[in-house]
Amino acid sequence: MEADLTLLVNGQQHILRLDPETPLLYVLRNNLGLNGPKFGCGLQQCGACMVLLDHIAWPSCQLPVRQTTGGVAITTLEGLTRPDGTLHPVQAAFVQEQAAQCGFCLNGMIISAVSLLKQYPQPSEEAIRNGLFRVLCRCSVHTRAIRAVQRAAASG
Amino acid sequence: MPQPVTSRRNFLKTTGCLTIGFVLLSSSELLADAPKADKLPGSLQDNPRINAWLELLPNGRARVLTGKIEIGQGIRTAVAQVAAEELNLPVEAVEVTIAETGRTPDERYTAGSASIEQSAMAIRHAAAAARQKLLELAAPVLRLKVSQLRLEPGAVVASSGRRVSVEQLLGGRQLTEEVRQPAPLKPKSQYQHVGRSVPRQDIEHMVRAEPYYVQDLRFPGMVHARVLRPPSYEARLLQFDADALRRAVPGVLQTVVDGSFVGIVAEQEYQALRAQDYGRLHTQWSAGRPLPIDKPLPELLRSLPGTVKDVASKGDFTKAPAAGALTHQASYFKPYLMHGSIGPSCAVALFEPGAQALHVWTHSQGVYPLRESLAKLLNLRSDNVHVKGVPGSGCYGHNGADDVAADAALLARAVPGRHVRLQWSRDDEHAWEPYGSAMAFDLQARVNPNTGRITHWQHELWSDTHSTRPAGSPEKLLAAQYLAQPQLPKVEDDFSGGIHRNAEPYYQFPALQVRAHAVQGPLRVSALRALGAFGNIFALESFMEELAVLARQDPYEFRLRHLTDERAKAVIRRVREMVKGQKIAENEGLGLAFARYKNTAAYCAVVAKVSVDPGTGFVRVPRIWAAIDAGEVINPDGLKNQTEGGLTQAASWTLNEEVLFNAQGITTRQWEQYPIFRFDEVPLVEVAVLDRPTEPPLGAGEAAQGPTAAALANAVFHACGKRVRHLPIRPEKLVG
Repeated sequence: MEADLTLLVNGQQHILRLDPETPLLYVLRNNLGLNGPKFGCGLQQCGACMVLLDHIAWPSCQLPVRQTTGGVAITTLEGLTRPDGTLHPVQAAFVQEQAAQCGFCLNGMIISAVSLLKQYPQPSEEAIRNGLFRVLCRCSVHTRAIRAVQRAAASG
Repeated sequence: MPQPVTSRRNFLKTTGCLTIGFVLLSSSELLADAPKADKLPGSLQDNPRINAWLELLPNGRARVLTGKIEIGQGIRTAVAQVAAEELNLPVEAVEVTIAETGRTPDERYTAGSASIEQSAMAIRHAAAAARQKLLELAAPVLRLKVSQLRLEPGAVVASSGRRVSVEQLLGGRQLTEEVRQPAPLKPKSQYQHVGRSVPRQDIEHMVRAEPYYVQDLRFPGMVHARVLRPPSYEARLLQFDADALRRAVPGVLQTVVDGSFVGIVAEQEYQALRAQDYGRLHTQWSAGRPLPIDKPLPELLRSLPGTVKDVASKGDFTKAPAAGALTHQASYFKPYLMHGSIGPSCAVALFEPGAQALHVWTHSQGVYPLRESLAKLLNLRSDNVHVKGVPGSGCYGHNGADDVAADAALLARAVPGRHVRLQWSRDDEHAWEPYGSAMAFDLQARVNPNTGRITHWQHELWSDTHSTRPAGSPEKLLAAQYLAQPQLPKVEDDFSGGIHRNAEPYYQFPALQVRAHAVQGPLRVSALRALGAFGNIFALESFMEELAVLARQDPYEFRLRHLTDERAKAVIRRVREMVKGQKIAENEGLGLAFARYKNTAAYCAVVAKVSVDPGTGFVRVPRIWAAIDAGEVINPDGLKNQTEGGLTQAASWTLNEEVLFNAQGITTRQWEQYPIFRFDEVPLVEVAVLDRPTEPPLGAGEAAQGPTAAALANAVFHACGKRVRHLPIRPEKLVG
């Protein structure tokens, strides 16, 4: 059942022995000790578990880890912070706009926004709404999140 | 403070400091004209000593202890601001320890928008008393009068520059004297931190993905658990084959079957998940009693046996309406709603067999009541149960937090010495959380058309309780109800549970009747943000608008005419200014609503703008505005954030949400079946804060919920002429 798999996470290569059917989320959280991607529904409906796969935001809760080997660049929220500790412009914008309450959905919002801005550096409000569509936020900081993405776009 | 004797070492590990008490002589000067102790704010009455709330640390730092938990409302920042203010410290120099048994004061529940009114005010008084006491300690050392001294970070300083450090004054001890009135509070004109939008430091930790949530806790040797819940409330276990499960799924360490409570502990989380999936397919349950579906829910609620309370009664209803009087009546309904936390409830538990001690890490809103409940559930001494609050996903009331802690505790007992992490599945949370209660309302009124005034008002409501928190007893914990020796909650005639919150209008009417029927509905329920106020204000403020339309009155003026409180009038006038100049196109409408939460807390007026597609009935909400007066504001941006969130969340409740069930059980078990607002639906929200620095702070976190619902219903009416009285306002109710 178990196999050796090679993953590229936040620029580092990891060789892990595990069940290849394990969803990527559990590998990131439990094998690699990362906190960015979070369990929200396990159904790809809420976006709490978003990661970047080669710059595309994707939910990790149902994605078998075997599909993310072979040099796919996996980036989590941790991986956005620069090595010197400075925040990615999107992370910084969410802090500046204080765009969080409980913050549980921040991972999904920030990962989705980074992916969006990679494709559309100057998105309209509608494009931001579409780009963050997969992420649910129950505290409902949406207005602030939209402003944060606009701020990040302006700063980039 | 009582602490589990057996685990003191662990406390020291987690707190890093042991408070050594000493008693100071009271200052007779300070106490000369002290009013009665019952005038002390909130939680100080129960925990009067300074060191219950505040510890002075080396290097000019301080630690604040609050019995409240951080649930996204920003309480850490607010209490740090208040303490820093009185102690003349930078806000960054104040650490905050949140709810933990044996460590922080017992402030019961983080609920009812009361954290500022209670905890922050207690901390303000404790910090002020600490400053005064430090000055008194320094006076003989520096041979000066208290009035010649000033507290600076880490030292008491005289105008000459002579100083004595706080460390020197305390000698490693803490201030244990009781806070008395009159507390030597700093004049508000000197405030540096309070009233400013100090950014929350924790948001930076969050964006860096630092460990922050209970879900992020990791301990050496930690194992993962899941529970198998029955398919419906009253189904009972017929057969569970633990051996077959172990053969099918690797890594299963332990299974626990106690009556109809079934739990699985596995080495790894994915193994626990697979075991849960296997168990769901292969476990047999009895059908249980079907849920009632033969009547529509509003009708069912009105037909249930219950107890009646006359909440308010004045004036004469016996005479027939005066000639020419306008009369109107209408019925409203609010369905069951979910808390809908994005992260399902989670807890970690560790059972120490030798000591018979239990440790629980939880995002519960009440660590002390949970300790009592768990002690009784597991038959442990309560001082051997240690409950530590750790932030979780936002809960907006009593969700599965306490239940999952009980689940984890029961399973931890089966694998002693190992930390057990249990996270509910999405299905567990959606199907088993205690929902916000369904409510039905009948309203009647008479209006004098000559004066444009309401003369008679009647509000009758039917509702389940809005609070079934564990509160120290075991039977309200979900697992307790399914054990071989089940503990079943008693049916309570619970009028303290918030069912008639805000049923009494804040308006002045000569004749008024408010009657509440407490019934027991079919679903599991408890406290959801604003409790009964959401439904009551939806009905009340929808009805106000109906009457204004009937009497051909301006909605703002009609409300203003019936108010006497100038602060209430001010928020209505302010929101009117905010929307001045808004252009209203065809199929668009603006709707107003107002309430003072609990009739004693924050004032909030809301205007919503909607457009209704005449073909599909689809409602779009481009904008919502609110004006809020929460008295003295500690952190304006924090208050805005809470209110903005309340507006959008309540809009989602109002337009989208309804817990559904059939005879076999809950059918809304994932987000696709219970669709909360997504980014394409949310309004842009704007909040104006009316700061009243000289007034006491008022609970604000729930103030926007009720007015938002009515503002939307009123806006929909003005957009398309259809009055929707049964929530949610779904498109099918607006076409045909």
